[in-house]
Amino acid sequence: MEHKPKIAIHKFASCSGCQLAFVNMGEDLIELLQLVDLVHMAEVGSMAPEDQQVDIAFIEGSITTPHDVDRLLKIRANSACLITIGACATSGGIQALRNNADSGEWMRSVYAKPEFIQSLSTSAAIANHVKVDFELWGCPVSSRQMFTAIRTLLYGVPPLSLREKVCQECKRRGNVCILVTQDAPCMGPVTRTGCGALCPSFGAPCYTCYGPAEGVNTASFGQRLIGLGLHPDQVARRFASINNAAPAFSEATRLFAGEEGKS
Amino acid sequence: MAEVPRYFPRARLAELISVVQRAGFRVIGPRVDQGALVYREIDGVEDLPQGLTDEQAPGHYRLAANGTQRHFSWANGMSAIKPFVYAPRERLWRVDRDTHGIHFRPLMSIAPRTAILGVRACDLSALILNDAHFLRNLYPDPYYRLRRENLLLIAVNCSHAASTCFCASTGDGPEVSGGYDLLLNELEEGYLVHSGSPSGDEILQKLATARPSRRQLDQARHQLDACRQQQRAMPPAPRLTGLMSRLDHPSWDAVAEQCLACGNCTAVCPTCFCHREVEAPALDGQSSVHRRDWDSCFNEDHSYLVGMLVRPDIKTRYRQWMTHKLATWQEQYGRSGCVGCGRCTTWCPVGIDFVAQARRVLEDEA
Ligand code: SF4
Ligand code: SF4
Ligand code: SF4
Repeated sequence: MEHKPKIAIHKFASCSGCQLAFVNMGEDLIELLQLVDLVHMAEVGSMAPEDQQVDIAFIEGSITTPHDVDRLLKIRANSACLITIGACATSGGIQALRNNADSGEWMRSVYAKPEFIQSLSTSAAIANHVKVDFELWGCPVSSRQMFTAIRTLLYGVPPLSLREKVCQECKRRGNVCILVTQDAPCMGPVTRTGCGALCPSFGAPCYTCYGPAEGVNTASFGQRLIGLGLHPDQVARRFASINNAAPAFSEATRLFAGEEGKS
Repeated sequence: MAEVPRYFPRARLAELISVVQRAGFRVIGPRVDQGALVYREIDGVEDLPQGLTDEQAPGHYRLAANGTQRHFSWANGMSAIKPFVYAPRERLWRVDRDTHGIHFRPLMSIAPRTAILGVRACDLSALILNDAHFLRNLYPDPYYRLRRENLLLIAVNCSHAASTCFCASTGDGPEVSGGYDLLLNELEEGYLVHSGSPSGDEILQKLATARPSRRQLDQARHQLDACRQQQRAMPPAPRLTGLMSRLDHPSWDAVAEQCLACGNCTAVCPTCFCHREVEAPALDGQSSVHRRDWDSCFNEDHSYLVGMLVRPDIKTRYRQWMTHKLATWQEQYGRSGCVGCGRCTTWCPVGIDFVAQARRVLEDEA
């Protein structure tokens, strides 16, 4: 029997939903556990220390405390391949909205003794602190994507990274475009594929869960949303969602929030 | 094509559908979904739209009541025949590993016999182009062919053109000229019907029809004449090859400011055929399924070549889409790839007008 690759799933600031995507693999998870050793995953109780050598480390959650930074550096130093899973780890998550707020002020208004809280002023993506080998976007990630990434890495091949827009998958599914027929503010034309065009398939506009797609034109798209009747501030908020700190979206947020100031 | 058509009243359309079903076909027809017409399976005439027309403009599609009893008084819906012959996602083959080695086998799904009701002139022209691409080459596509051979096409001449239609200028419509099994003209009170093939003859024989009146024949002709009056017109094909000598025209930059590179245009275009191939290995590493998905020249990987993107930005991708469709397609398939359906314009989320853009590059006044 050859060496069984070691896998760890580490949690930082997050809701654990991406770890759940892992658990939700169902039977595939049992199959997977015959191929790899899962040495660390808080959600299921295995807790090898951060300095245990692993082949693949999956990281869920964003970096929000000085202690997080220490843990992350240790993990990076001991992992052959490091993969972020989900919006929090990959772009900072919904909690990155605090990056533009006065976190000290917030802390004082929430906690009786804020001096006990050790927190950074920002919620940062993993890539802001260490080198990331591969990113799996989504809120949450799809278990299918995680599993394909692991399978491909077991073959010794880098996973395929599709960065096309949600619209492409929406059209493959034969959905009618609700932006065109109902003026719905669907974010599909700027959002990266991966969810299988889940929301538009049920007649709901896309919410940017998978972050910015490759080659987005947020300026033109934001103008179009204004043309559909949205206020510039509403356009800014459409971009300032789960992946608000992804550069393409934070720039767009600034662009349209600024436009409101002008109007 | 039979010289003189036959006639049946509207109440008998249900009978036509059941004759086709009894002949062993599932019937695909227009249905209302999320505010638009799309081709989906129908059980009977009750699933068809009635008294509805479409209002189309760049980036805009609405259905509206028109006070008639008609089922086909609209121009077109989001998709044409393409998804029924060239599947958006298709498993091509699988490979299995055992102690003797690796074994490949094709995954041909069974193509159900499929009748499509409500096919338009532009859709049929597009199908001829699909045939040219998938079948008339050294390696005919077996997946496409299987579906294509199992099609029964029931065309309906248009009685209304949308503002986005320009089939009259490309020579593809509004009148259906061939390639169908049955052809209907919808009138106020019923249908004129022609057969265009032996399968069409067989179905027509099972249907009670009458000789049409002079007035009914005139009505059909007048409807088509009205449809020829279209708001948009594509410049003639020889003029379109001129796009290739204007690759540096500033209007490519202007369109790139607006275009989202979302690929909705290529997905709804009835003649776009690009695909990518994807491997889906089983977790145990012992087998893998190889599939093909619709792709688009607006996607980065479409122009990836040994470490570089040949078309790295929106400008070069938009230019590729338009110059291939209108100009270089002519060398490749003997005609422009555009059949004037207007879908790329209607279904573009930012309403980029394909005809207007071609004219801007050619500096051609409409
Ligand atoms: S519904 Fe949304 S995702 Fe689908 S094609 Fe329209 S804009 Fe794109
Ligand atoms: S290029 Fe546009 S108008 Fe022409 S066939 Fe394609 S979708 Fe229709
Ligand atoms: S022309 Fe319109 S539909 Fe086509 S890629 Fe550009 S924005 Fe999308």
